[in-house]
Amino acid sequence: MLALANQQVLRDSPVSRSYSVYLGRKLLLFFLMMHGLGAFALITMGVIWRKFYVAAKVVHPHIRQEIARSGTALLPMFFFLALALGFVIVGQTVSTLARVGAGEYLGTMMVIVVVRELGPLLTAMLVLARVGSANVIELGTARALGEVEALEALGIDPVHYLIMPRVIGMALGVFSLSIYLIIGALTSGYLFAFLQGASMTPGDYFRQIADALGWLDFALLAIKTLAFGFLIAVVTCYNGLAQPLRLEDVSRVAVRAVTQGIILCVTLDAFFIILYAIT
Amino acid sequence: MNPTSPEPLIEMQNVTVSAMRDDSFVVLKKVDWKVVPGEFWVLGGPQYSGKTDLLMLAAGLVSPVEGSCRWMGMENVSTGDARLAGRLRMGLVFQGGQLFNRMSIAENVALPIRYRDNLEADQVAPEVAGLLDAMELSFCAGSKPMQVSANWRSRVALARALILKPEILLLDNPLSGLGGRHRAWLQDFLDQLWKGHPWLDNRPLTLVVTTDDFGPWQSSSRRFALLHDGRFQNLGFWMDVAQSSHPGLPELLHETP
Repeated sequence: MLALANQQVLRDSPVSRSYSVYLGRKLLLFFLMMHGLGAFALITMGVIWRKFYVAAKVVHPHIRQEIARSGTALLPMFFFLALALGFVIVGQTVSTLARVGAGEYLGTMMVIVVVRELGPLLTAMLVLARVGSANVIELGTARALGEVEALEALGIDPVHYLIMPRVIGMALGVFSLSIYLIIGALTSGYLFAFLQGASMTPGDYFRQIADALGWLDFALLAIKTLAFGFLIAVVTCYNGLAQPLRLEDVSRVAVRAVTQGIILCVTLDAFFIILYAIT
Repeated sequence: MNPTSPEPLIEMQNVTVSAMRDDSFVVLKKVDWKVVPGEFWVLGGPQYSGKTDLLMLAAGLVSPVEGSCRWMGMENVSTGDARLAGRLRMGLVFQGGQLFNRMSIAENVALPIRYRDNLEADQVAPEVAGLLDAMELSFCAGSKPMQVSANWRSRVALARALILKPEILLLDNPLSGLGGRHRAWLQDFLDQLWKGHPWLDNRPLTLVVTTDDFGPWQSSSRRFALLHDGRFQNLGFWMDVAQSSHPGLPELLHETP
């Protein structure tokens, strides 16, 4: 709460003409935000651990709804995206590599570009834009209208009732959609390459990709996508719920949450790149 | 504990209260207040005198800045499950109702009991229907809160607070914005609750209401307190109020139409 109060004071203070003061203030705000986010993430994990089975008949239907919202409901969009990604990137890469005689690098290239990077990151960005922003607005409005205090007054833990379903739903949603996107993009990519006259057979194509995939790719893909989903949910819920809001603040906070989500997802992705490099 | 004096439900000693939305802003100082079972308290004060903030503190939604606040027998419980468990024994009705707009009225009323007892909606349906019927709300059970008038919404908020059969009920400015018929109904219903309503198995309910007008709450058996200039003043019963020369009182005694 202190971190939140400090953030508000810093944001409301007049803008300085000095660049160093401006930079210092931004840096301080960043550290306060990270402190608040970290605490919120830990509280959320603690609640999931301790209360997953509490009031299951009320809360578990919410978890299923959130999985549908962050996963199933986005499938048509991801089907289209997989086609587009296959056409724009995979198809062109396959046909170009085949044309210049570098077909043997295809598997490695696809695993690095699509499986490790593009699939998870693109999924995270789209879920953030589609569901994360809606999360901030829903929770921010509920907070501004006093519904969160009403929950507390009724003996209902808001983190358990409002946050836990969203965190689980988003983590599983990003994980599942990433898998679908990767499979769809790789398949449609080959189809487009085939239509462009690439001489590679489907068997060769998928064998190369399978050979390039190691157990680490599967493990890190699962960890990374679950972490992206968790991160997006925590950032959006933190911004919507963890601070007192007025209705007029909600749109501004939604923009801030999406920006923070993008920055944190890209930072986490960079961390995974380092992890891939050292393993 | 003396068996003849029941344990207070709320007991504040030398408490400093901050604003709910800004904990750096102190609204009340040195509050000494005790609510024992069976009392009906009326807390009066002008706007921004800290009525709502004191009520939120009494409900355990915020912690005191200073002082001791014993609450359902627990000392300054600031966080955690103990506080949540304590709230189940206490009903709170917000001034605006604070209903969940995405749920129907019946779902709003059912939520606390479903969450507490881990029940499916159809398992609590008869109990919810009974309460809605007792409060003349059956006609709008399937409606969303925004589909009914503010008068009915405030009644739904009261029903939601009563579904758990609390030991004490706190109401923030309950008469505010109500039409004449609804004001009369609410005052009569609160009186029934205080004396023992069939919904509560005829057990008398302890009540605390806030108001900016003492007029409608005149009664010889209710206790009155005044929030004025950042201080909490226990005025006593109505006959003490009538004889009091406190400078903050005239503002609260001449607003009744």
